[in-house]
Amino acid sequence: MLLSRSLRTAALAAAIAIGAALPVHADEQFFPLQSYRVGPYAAGGTGFFGGFIDYLNLINIRDGGVNGVKLTWEEGETQYEVERGVEVYERLKNHPGVAAWNPLSVGIAYAMIDRITKDKVPLITINHGRTDSTDGRVFPYVFPLLLNPYSETSGIVNYIATREGGTNKLKGKKIVVLYHGSPYGKETIPIYQLLADKYGFSLEQIEVPHPGNEQQSQWLSIRRAKADYVVLRGWGVMNPVALKTAQKVGFPVDHIIGNVWSNSEEDVIPAGDAAKGYVAITTQASGAEYPVLQEIIKTVYGAGKGNLDDKKRIGSVYHNLGIVNGILNVEAIRIAQQKFGKRTLTGDEVRLGFEHLQLDPARVEALGAKGLFHSINVTWDNHEGDGRVTFQQWDGTKWKVVSDWIAPDWASLRPIIEKSAAAYAAEHNIKIRTSDDTAVSQ
Amino acid sequence: MFDYQFFIEVLVGGLLSGVMYSLVAIGFVLIYKTSGVLNFAQGAMLLFAALTFVSLVERGVPFWLGAGVTLVIMVALGVTVERVVLRPLVNQSPMTLFMATLGLSYVIEGAAQLLWGTQVHGLDLGINDIPFEVGGVLISQFDLFAAVIAGALVTAFALFFRYTRTGLAFRAVADDQFAALAVGLRLSRVWAAVWTAAGIVALVAGLLWGARLGVQFSLSLVVLKALPVLVLGGFDSVAGAIVGGLLIGAIEKLAEVYVGPLFGGGIEVWAAYVVALAFLLLRPSGLFGQKLVERV
Repeated sequence: MLLSRSLRTAALAAAIAIGAALPVHADEQFFPLQSYRVGPYAAGGTGFFGGFIDYLNLINIRDGGVNGVKLTWEEGETQYEVERGVEVYERLKNHPGVAAWNPLSVGIAYAMIDRITKDKVPLITINHGRTDSTDGRVFPYVFPLLLNPYSETSGIVNYIATREGGTNKLKGKKIVVLYHGSPYGKETIPIYQLLADKYGFSLEQIEVPHPGNEQQSQWLSIRRAKADYVVLRGWGVMNPVALKTAQKVGFPVDHIIGNVWSNSEEDVIPAGDAAKGYVAITTQASGAEYPVLQEIIKTVYGAGKGNLDDKKRIGSVYHNLGIVNGILNVEAIRIAQQKFGKRTLTGDEVRLGFEHLQLDPARVEALGAKGLFHSINVTWDNHEGDGRVTFQQWDGTKWKVVSDWIAPDWASLRPIIEKSAAAYAAEHNIKIRTSDDTAVSQ
Repeated sequence: MFDYQFFIEVLVGGLLSGVMYSLVAIGFVLIYKTSGVLNFAQGAMLLFAALTFVSLVERGVPFWLGAGVTLVIMVALGVTVERVVLRPLVNQSPMTLFMATLGLSYVIEGAAQLLWGTQVHGLDLGINDIPFEVGGVLISQFDLFAAVIAGALVTAFALFFRYTRTGLAFRAVADDQFAALAVGLRLSRVWAAVWTAAGIVALVAGLLWGARLGVQFSLSLVVLKALPVLVLGGFDSVAGAIVGGLLIGAIEKLAEVYVGPLFGGGIEVWAAYVVALAFLLLRPSGLFGQKLVERV
């Protein structure tokens, strides 16, 4: 039965691929998807791309597309591998009407920056990617929407401060950052140090070698250090192992704060009871109670077009991230259409839509996403868009939001981002844009 | 002042982790000992066993029935591998056989995901992992349980090798394949039995590692923990796998805590390989491995 379901899924995927590969009509906007549905990171990939496709389907079924422009897509399997991601890019980049790329992979995103800049098509790296690509003056086509790693760091420290009673109470506290031994894991080292110096807390940063399936020595060191909080900047198997090992050395789980890639069901379920009470940052709440989720269940899954095989995953962290990503992409197209007309847009025209992607809480509510995410305010030079974060706690079966929406300290972080972006511009001989340089190329 | 209590805690933690490495290494040893094949697919077999078991249990199959059914599936897998992959490659070079198992690992991983899906699963063996304290040193109940299981497994294999006909046939084949053939032992039957035994080890190791890490794709990566153990203990010695595991576990933890800060941390993975390489230079057959003497 399982095998036949897999075969049916494969046949359906092939049918979709063939359908999507047909010549684009004048009123279609195309999303090439570098998805990963097999391999070590398939659990995250199926959730995220499932949510993204579910939202695109909702717009097509409910609204007949974006102002009549139908949304189409084609998936290329990457298994989260950079070379496969680039291969999919080269294969699909000439498809008519490409709106934006959404790889959900730091490695693939890095490999695409020069290519998408040359081809003038937006690259969306929601919640991840290069921090300095926030600076739209240097990276006109890259959008680390909602949250970059530096903002995440600031958001986590602000949350700990809230729990302690204010930033002035951080002085004298001991925070340990347990980070994945990779460029991703190491990216925030200087920012934690900066914030430790600013607020006067004691800081220790400990590396866990990839893949992180053994952490006994790190957690014994944490116990010896008498840490007040541990920030878990993990990935994959490192996360449940951290929670289990914390239990082994008697560290309280509710004093472990996970980062945005340590915040999913896949990170806590394997840890069992050891994860009960664990807290993690997020830009989008989990759960299916939001109107947009209810519409997806009724309209998309009701029509038998839902993308998730397992309906219990509807409303999970990665699924909701995919839905929010869908909302942001669709709204960017809608905004661009207001300027360029209700037709298939070029990638550069969609880029302008992203650079005016301003969704206040009222607009978010109108989209049926009140409480799912807070707001976004992207401008031509701020490609992150000042996303707010919230914190959720695992109760053994589901995540429960335990904080208000918290604003990172963007003002303190911006000079560091600009400095890094300026260095990148100098190294790559890039002219730094001004507000006069944002027009769409003809 | 040197903190002896902390040192002992790190050492004990390392030794208990080492037992888990030994469990994986034993699967390698069984096959290498009798057929000269370094079975790179051992990690994939471990993943397949754990994923099959947990998927059955999640579908309402009782725990012990699930374990029994998984055992039968692992035996069938072992026999199939011998028939379909290894038997046609008899008399091929060790490198050819190694590459065959490398390919096999990808096939098994793919089949596991095709059959059971890509979701991660928790696996609860009913062992409470709240630590208990002995003289100020915290000891993991789960790791202690794993050590007992590993000890029981090694004892069972030792008795099997010594007192059963199949076990004696294993040893004969391990000593000299041609001599074993000459006295009428059927090599293919012995190899099928060996792969079956490796499947059983994969099931036991898969359940214990699965309970530790969660049952997910990266479970197959635990083979990387077994390789320095094999180099240190010897590829063809069960006792070597145990001692090698304990040594590697202890060394990597102590290195991480006491030497790691000098290098910025995160050294335990490569520290284990540094030790293994040093052993390779000084004693190529490992601590307990059979010295290879060839007439040239």
